[in-house]
Amino acid sequence: MMNLFLLPVQLVLIIFLFFATSRVYLRFKEGTLGLGGFLFWIGIWVLALFSILNPGFLSYWAKLLGVGRGVDAIVYLSIVLLFYLIFRTNIMIENLREEISRLVREIALKQGDKKKRGK
Amino acid sequence: MPKKLNLIIILPAFNEAEIIGRVLADLKKVLSGFKNFESKIAVIDDGSWDKTAQVAEKNNAIVLHHVINRGLGGALQTGLEYARMKKADICVTMDSDGQHDPYDLKLMIDPILQKKADVVIGSRFLRKDNLIPCLRKIILKVSNLLTFFLFRVYTTDSQSGFRAFSQKAIKKIKLRTQRMEVSSELFQQIKKNKLRFKEVPILVFYTAYSRQKGQTNLNGIKVLLKLVLRLAR
Repeated sequence: MMNLFLLPVQLVLIIFLFFATSRVYLRFKEGTLGLGGFLFWIGIWVLALFSILNPGFLSYWAKLLGVGRGVDAIVYLSIVLLFYLIFRTNIMIENLREEISRLVREIALKQGDKKKRGK
Repeated sequence: MPKKLNLIIILPAFNEAEIIGRVLADLKKVLSGFKNFESKIAVIDDGSWDKTAQVAEKNNAIVLHHVINRGLGGALQTGLEYARMKKADICVTMDSDGQHDPYDLKLMIDPILQKKADVVIGSRFLRKDNLIPCLRKIILKVSNLLTFFLFRVYTTDSQSGFRAFSQKAIKKIKLRTQRMEVSSELFQQIKKNKLRFKEVPILVFYTAYSRQKGQTNLNGIKVLLKLVLRLAR
């Protein structure tokens, strides 16, 4: 059952969620975030909003997963998600490095050829 | 008169101004004896901030300059791309710190000329008289095991920088890793492209200079992490 009287902590979290969602929307609008990323983050924040407004929802899932409390389930899931995101970021950095190398290589080969022709 | 074979020697170099002149002079002396080859030396200046490029140019080497440092893998890929562009029949990569003996060149390219291999690895462990520092020896052996574990190719020297490639290998090998992990990645490419590889014994000189410039012992862990990350993506 959803409780309409909010605790201060719920209010703070909801304000933060609105802020986070607005950032996702703005990054999507300017093209920094793709449609997949947009839907993923909106999904995460909507789920978080629902869990804040309805703590029973979290307890239900925690029991189902065999974890005592809803908050514990959130902490575990967040850690898993963070690790995954760090992994993805690492891959992205590696891809960027590769692209920079390709660019540097292209310049080196072109300049090498030009120098040779100039001789 | 038979057509001369196009041989390209690749020297990846990062701040090697102190020694590269001597390395190039020695190499040219050996290459002048290779009568059946049209040989070129290409120095990949990997963003050096000393006079590596100027010294190399003075010694008549072709200099391909990386505007920023990309690491050994990035430099090797530039070298192989250059060999592809120039339609090289054989391409040899060597360290530019004077660690390798240019007189081993013939030994390196012979298996390719005899059509017995597409890739030849110069192995420092196949010669008993190489004085490899103990800790380095352990790390290199562990690297060989890891290369076998990750890529199922057994080699006695996975981190060797002295390699020769046939035209088929030059065309097929596409390296992606940027730094020292490229040495192990090469074996993945050998396996993937079903290339025949052979090892030959080479001489190495461990001088104070080359030890200071080469892979650090702790680098092995970094190399492993990068390789695993690469496989997982």
